[in-house]
Amino acid sequence: MKLQPGMLAKKLGMTQIFLEDGTRVPVTVLSVRGNTVVAHRTMERDGYTALQIGFDEQKPHRMTKADLGRFKQANVAPRRFVREFRVDAEVLAKHPVGSELAPAFAEGQFVDVIGMTKGKGFQGGMRRHKLGGKPNTHGTHEYFRHGGSIGCRLTPGKVHPGKRMPGHLGAVRQTAQNLRVAKVLADQGVLLVRGPVPGAANEYVTVQFARKVSARQAHGST
Amino acid sequence: MSNSCPTIEAIERSYRRADLPAFRSGDTVRVHALISEGGKDRVQVFEGVCIHRKKGGGRGSFTVRKVSHGVGVERVWPENSPRVVKVELVSRGRVRRAKLYYLRDLSGNAARIREKLGDYAELLSGAPSAATESDVQLAEGALSDDKPAD
Repeated sequence: MKLQPGMLAKKLGMTQIFLEDGTRVPVTVLSVRGNTVVAHRTMERDGYTALQIGFDEQKPHRMTKADLGRFKQANVAPRRFVREFRVDAEVLAKHPVGSELAPAFAEGQFVDVIGMTKGKGFQGGMRRHKLGGKPNTHGTHEYFRHGGSIGCRLTPGKVHPGKRMPGHLGAVRQTAQNLRVAKVLADQGVLLVRGPVPGAANEYVTVQFARKVSARQAHGST
Repeated sequence: MSNSCPTIEAIERSYRRADLPAFRSGDTVRVHALISEGGKDRVQVFEGVCIHRKKGGGRGSFTVRKVSHGVGVERVWPENSPRVVKVELVSRGRVRRAKLYYLRDLSGNAARIREKLGDYAELLSGAPSAATESDVQLAEGALSDDKPAD
């Protein structure tokens, strides 16, 4: 079912590239160099099969001894960013512990990119939930950016859970789905993905094969 | 807005082109650009005043404005677009701003840009200017009004 693991990457920033016909494509530059298999998860021991991948080296003195032990076991340099990818059991043998993953993505393929969005702090309802606010005229008094009423009276006598209100925005895990791989610079270990991905520059992200593309291709649209 | 990331700079550098003349806003340029017509590309020449030129590493762009049959027409191209086949510098203009958006509100003689005097023969001959020196010289020329640059 799952024959290839995803990859971990560092978002370097955005730029643009030109296709041969002159189309300008906005791309996010993702560095995928140094994806190393840190451990295997097996059915016998863990109840599921997965590859544990480490990315971007970390100085040993910045890690706990417990974490260092894991990397020592695998005989790889300590890594900052470690994630697991569920794969089929037979795939494990192809990626022994300590081996490096080559960029598995090809131009034109679709990927999902998972990252932490930029934190925006405590934001009002208009920005956080796209509430409409109130008119600027016709007697509005100190109520321009409010959300309005938040409920009824004795019935139901409470504010319904999920009521859209001001609060903390951003800094959540988010998946950008179905991004086209615009270009692969294998020699530099760089992936160019069309459009923006969650997070600030230098943030770690996870790149996976798009979940929905098969369904989308079945319907015949691009 | 410069990128400090060397990888991104390298990517942008690979798309940069060095064959554009050193034109700036106020200059009259002749842009040979591809337009697609009936599924085929052909070169169309668009001559007008450059009213904006943004230099952003590999991401610069420029706008050329002309008045065609009494209607103002503006076209914007990315500097490094492969659809821009060639840019010819027709004449240099004497302007005091980097962005000439005020030309949109002017018409007739008021919208005319005075030609900058000086010895630009080398540039105007259409030879691609590689040196940024000439750019600096011209910038100085712009400051010292109509005094010809040497």
